[in-house]
Amino acid sequence: MWHRDSDRFRLFTRRALMLGAGKGILLTGLAARMYYLQVLESDRYQTLADENRISHRLLPPPRGLVTDRFGAPLAVNRQNYHIMIVREQTPDVRRTLEILDQIIDLGPDTIERVERDVLRRRSFVPVTVRDNLTWDEVARVGINAPDLPGLIIDAGRSRDYPEGPHLAHSLGYVAAVSEKELNGDPLLELPGFTIGKSGVEKVYDLALRGTAGTSQVEVNALGRVIRELEREEGDSGNTVVMTLDLDLQRYANQRLSDKESASAVVMDIHNGEVLALASHPTYDPNAFTNGISHKLWNSLVNNPYAPLSNKAVNGTYAPGSTFKMCVALAGLEAGIITPNQKFFCNGHLDLGNSRFHCWKRGGHGWMNLHDSIKHSCDVYYYEISQKIGIDRIAAMARKLGLGEDTGIDLPNERSGLIPTKDWKEIQLGKRWQGGETLIASIGQGYVLTTPLQLCTMTARLASGKAVRPHLTRDKVTPEGVTSRQAEEFPELQVSRANLARIRDSMNGVTNELRGTGYRARISAKGMEMAGKSGTSQVRRITMRERQTTGVLENDALPWKYRDHALFVAFAPVDNPRYACAVVVEHGGGGSSVAGPIVRDLLLKAQELQSARQGISAANQPNSANLHSTPASNNQDEG
Amino acid sequence: MAASKYRIGEDPDYVPIGRRLLLLNWTLVLLIAALSGIGFAMLYSAANGSLQPWAERQMMRFAVGAALMIVIAVTDIRIWLKLAYFSYFVALILLIAVEIKGDIGMGAQRWINLGFFQLQPSELMKISLVLALARYFHGLTVEDTGRITLLIPPILMVAAPSALVLRQPDLGTTLLLIAGGGVIFWLAGVRVWKFALVLGGALAAIPIGWQFLREYQKNRVLTFLNPENDPLGAGYHITQSKIALGSGGLFGKGFMLGSQSHLNFLPEKQTDFIFTMLGEEFGLVGGMALLALYVLVIAYGYVIALRCQNQFGRLVAIGVTSTFFLYVFINIAMVMGLIPVVGVPLPLVSYGGTVMMTILVSFGLLMSVSIHRDIRISRQGNDDGRT
Repeated sequence: MWHRDSDRFRLFTRRALMLGAGKGILLTGLAARMYYLQVLESDRYQTLADENRISHRLLPPPRGLVTDRFGAPLAVNRQNYHIMIVREQTPDVRRTLEILDQIIDLGPDTIERVERDVLRRRSFVPVTVRDNLTWDEVARVGINAPDLPGLIIDAGRSRDYPEGPHLAHSLGYVAAVSEKELNGDPLLELPGFTIGKSGVEKVYDLALRGTAGTSQVEVNALGRVIRELEREEGDSGNTVVMTLDLDLQRYANQRLSDKESASAVVMDIHNGEVLALASHPTYDPNAFTNGISHKLWNSLVNNPYAPLSNKAVNGTYAPGSTFKMCVALAGLEAGIITPNQKFFCNGHLDLGNSRFHCWKRGGHGWMNLHDSIKHSCDVYYYEISQKIGIDRIAAMARKLGLGEDTGIDLPNERSGLIPTKDWKEIQLGKRWQGGETLIASIGQGYVLTTPLQLCTMTARLASGKAVRPHLTRDKVTPEGVTSRQAEEFPELQVSRANLARIRDSMNGVTNELRGTGYRARISAKGMEMAGKSGTSQVRRITMRERQTTGVLENDALPWKYRDHALFVAFAPVDNPRYACAVVVEHGGGGSSVAGPIVRDLLLKAQELQSARQGISAANQPNSANLHSTPASNNQDEG
Repeated sequence: MAASKYRIGEDPDYVPIGRRLLLLNWTLVLLIAALSGIGFAMLYSAANGSLQPWAERQMMRFAVGAALMIVIAVTDIRIWLKLAYFSYFVALILLIAVEIKGDIGMGAQRWINLGFFQLQPSELMKISLVLALARYFHGLTVEDTGRITLLIPPILMVAAPSALVLRQPDLGTTLLLIAGGGVIFWLAGVRVWKFALVLGGALAAIPIGWQFLREYQKNRVLTFLNPENDPLGAGYHITQSKIALGSGGLFGKGFMLGSQSHLNFLPEKQTDFIFTMLGEEFGLVGGMALLALYVLVIAYGYVIALRCQNQFGRLVAIGVTSTFFLYVFINIAMVMGLIPVVGVPLPLVSYGGTVMMTILVSFGLLMSVSIHRDIRISRQGNDDGRT
């Protein structure tokens, strides 16, 4: 029996040793795995552990300020206090909110929303109770803090436009980042972060945005912050100094305020600095910063006078007679006309089967260059444009800045349209008709311009240089702000003598008796302006209308069929400095409606200039003469 | 040497209690205390440097368990032989009882409250099964183990509790019971081809058995096969565990400085994933040291078994040692992502009273085998009068 037992023992021993060996192999496997994880792959897992543990939080930088040319603040950052609640720090969320409701009014909706939000988040995550607290409310909450466990008052920043609607169109506004604008920049994903959506805020958004700081915090698996490991403050955005003169800008808005829809631009003819850029009606950009209400948005979008649109750069209008300088200059430069060459105006010109009318029934008689601009005779331009041809006119228009972007630092600029024969062939597939040249010569037909282009044209006529408008004093790039290298614009490649003749003719418009703009002249000595009116038709006047009722007066027409009133001018005549263009949509006659606005803006610009140079403008007896109207052409040109 | 027949009072192999205490394997006791000590330290760290809520309770349990271990160790091995079937049936009845109670509406409560301590019948079964099987095979000759008919009772002895535990459902314990039972079969000399047959059958049954697994169990297996598939769901535990271990590196992040553990990225750090925490805070060096301690304990078990002169003792010794090994292997392999997540704690280190008790009781039996190693016991068990 025992030897049998020893059989059994031997078998046991053998099998136990085999089992032990098997265990040894398995344990070696564990050791090998441990070595693999903790030595071979250690670096990778170390990184993963840090990624778990360390959370990088962005610190949004303060947005750069925007000021006018003299440093007056136009866009600033306001402290914005909001009150938040942390669930785990209060024994009873509802009770705390009810006490708070007695201190600052919350309303049952807010309480309900907060209660819902609080339960959806982790207990340590603050939930915003109310935004935009006044200082008074902050103080009241602060005093009652012991009764309000779990409440935190947090100061953020929000964009503020102290001038409100005055600069809405050039400044633009900021608003929350939309889904489409997310480009992977984590800054854009921060809650409450805003970016420029329009105007200078949009164009220089990157420069204004600044660089974000970072805070490295250690978090646990639930995302609760345990401690801050490292903090690096960001850089605030660059301050952008605009070329606008706040006083002139305000005045421009005020001057347009009694029109339905109008725009005005004032610029420096030498360096292209835009001093005022107004589009009426306007809106309050502050409404956008904290999220615009649906109702307000709809009312802005559905307003027939399009307050959101900056008409000075994206409104296009037939320039009407303000285009005549361009045609005349093209004729002079091409040597096709001479200043004293005369054409007879009998009130109309027949070409083929069509009859082209002058705005003045019965005609102007014999007209030379000077008189054609002064009286804005249409037939003169019908005559010379046939000789010059549309392509030469178009080339001159482009030289003067029409038909292409001015390059102003604003979004959505429209380039207008200067037609050529090729353009018509390509775009419309039709041959250019001779009559179309005639229509174009008085700034009608296909010709379209923006008020800013007209102002640029006037500035180029006055300075003889290819000035381009811009809105910032310095060059602003995402990298920073560098001063503009005394921007010398190239010469226009137009004879100075011819330019002088055009300027002299424009002087005739405003400063000679019977000039179409004489009533809108500046009488102040040394501040006189030279300009040109324009009245552009938006409807077709039929033969039947001419023969039956006669051409209908604007007052007899619905608003949207009335003529656009335009006026361009520069001042002072002797030593030009400022150019101005005004377009009043469906306003009626250019010289009677737009002219006085241009006059007032150019006068104001010069007065402000004198006042700033310490020269009193008070002794200039300008206002006395403003409204004394000598007998002159009472009727506006067509 | 002739077979002896004796009464306890006149037992020639009788050893006085004092002598038995001297014969106690104090080295083994020391190793067990060291492992438990590491456990206390890790529980202290898991509670962010506090004895509450885990370390202190674990120490008290260890104190009670260690005392029980020594009492069992100095108890005559033949008493355990005699109690083997009895304890097996008690455990089986208790298992059936909690099963019925659970069905009646006590939910997932799988224990019986004894006041000071909650008895989990499945834990009791782990020890009882080893004892009962050892007792059974102690009575069989090498030839007997070759007979299929004689293998049916022990197979049923394994199958019954395994089925009950699987129903609970407790996959980890089921595996431990089957593997622990298999070890005894192996040591008793069951032919290799029979193992091969059963293993082959089991593999063939996997597709069928798969359908009986609960949804979460299936997920665990699937997640094991591809943990990155679901990094925030079921794969989260294993992914975070591997990150914790790997980031520990060679020397670890330092005591109480494990970011994965202390910032709660690591789940269940005081129980099933305590090895991960140790690996994170003490690195490869710490993990290897712990593994070395386990190897020493297991080797000790083998030495005891091989030096034992009776088959019962040998089978019990390797049986409990193997159960202990399975705990260690399954747990560590699981936290390192080598096998699917099964709820098996790290013996002596993980927080938990029942497992601590089970392990200490089984070490008590192991030491009893050691102390009484020279006692020869006949196949029938010595004092039933038959030879």
